[in-house]
Amino acid sequence: MTAEAEEGEFHAPTIAEFYPPAFLFEGTPFEINRIMMIRLIVMVLLIVLFWLWTNKFRKSVKTGNVVPGRFQLLGEMALNFVRKSIAHDQLGEKDGERFLPLLTTIFFMVLGMNITGIIPFANIAGTSVVGVPLVLAAAAYVTFIYAGIRKHGLKFFKNSLFPSGVPVAFYTLVTPIEFLSTFILRPVTLALRLLMNMIAGHLLLVLCFSATQYFFFNAEGFMQLFGAGTLLFGFAFTLFEILVAVLQAYVFTLLTTVYIQLALADEH
Amino acid sequence: MISRILLAEEVKNPLLPADYDIIWSSVVFVVLLTFFWFKVLPNFKKMLDERAKAIEGRLAEAEEAQKAAEHRTASVLAEQEQLRAEASSIREEAKAEGAQILAELKAQASSDAERLVEQGKNALIAERDAAARALQGEVGALAIELASRIVGAKLQEDAVANKVVDDFIAELEGKAAK
Repeated sequence: MTAEAEEGEFHAPTIAEFYPPAFLFEGTPFEINRIMMIRLIVMVLLIVLFWLWTNKFRKSVKTGNVVPGRFQLLGEMALNFVRKSIAHDQLGEKDGERFLPLLTTIFFMVLGMNITGIIPFANIAGTSVVGVPLVLAAAAYVTFIYAGIRKHGLKFFKNSLFPSGVPVAFYTLVTPIEFLSTFILRPVTLALRLLMNMIAGHLLLVLCFSATQYFFFNAEGFMQLFGAGTLLFGFAFTLFEILVAVLQAYVFTLLTTVYIQLALADEH
Repeated sequence: MISRILLAEEVKNPLLPADYDIIWSSVVFVVLLTFFWFKVLPNFKKMLDERAKAIEGRLAEAEEAQKAAEHRTASVLAEQEQLRAEASSIREEAKAEGAQILAELKAQASSDAERLVEQGKNALIAERDAAARALQGEVGALAIELASRIVGAKLQEDAVANKVVDDFIAELEGKAAK
């Protein structure tokens, strides 16, 4: 947290929170600051965790053991959550398996980077800078268009932009709206929903805790009592941020799935 | 500090990505996508398939085992029934045999007793006969002795002879009393 109470003055957190100074490759396109580092650490941790789970899976195939241990079961539950509750439910088993790699990656990448927002010493979400939401939204965008074209050819665009059952005259009105909602608003809302949730969550937490710091150490007399209140709020918002982290990962993945499902659907 | 924040605020728009931001996001995404696509998910699916297969196999196996167990239980029950019948027939036989043995023993015992009684009787008769014979012999000797005493005394006096007869009779009576 860079916004801290100093010398008896209180500074509200600003957007500069999300642009910490670079400490590696400064000035190049490969500049690394705290948030980029957090992303890379999350990536490494995800790989290590899932590598361990993968080894368990392979071992159980090799030994023919059908009873998973606790650790393996946890991995199965995590992967099956995306596989069954999201992919199979929305897309059916066949298409669900086809798009599973993307959906799994999106879910665990978003979840992992969201949760760093409340992890001590990280304290900022890897998704709270626009890059990750943007890249993931772009991936979702490309994927659902690919899915549509693969299934329907160029008729995909016709189906999307000129929905059947609408009088021809209305196309002047409907087609721009459909274009806007399908091809522009979908990726934009995907990215912005995630980004803004994470930015707002982080600013809230910083506000609560820097206010607590200010009230405890810089305020006079009974004003210090406010610190207890802001601390309590900070605690509550921390719990809330855990919920938001999971929820946003779920929503992002689910919406991507729904967009793919709509693109695959026969008639609009 | 404040000026730096303000400066940053002027420059940065959170919706516009910096080049490094996009680059590192893409790197992380591509690495994770590749990892999940080619490493985690294939192994996960393979494990699930193997498990489904194994469980199906084991279910069939279990069914077979169950059937075998049922069969075995039935045969064990039948065998048990047979054994029970056999046991009861053996018991019946034994009972009958026991009764027979008892009757035989009783018969033998009673015949033995009769035989013993018979033997005892015979022995008694033989003893009595022997005693009678002995008595007869003794009586004969006594008669001879008496006759010789009477003959001897006749030579002296009738009174003496009478006295001899009386004494002899008394002596005999004493012997008999003994």
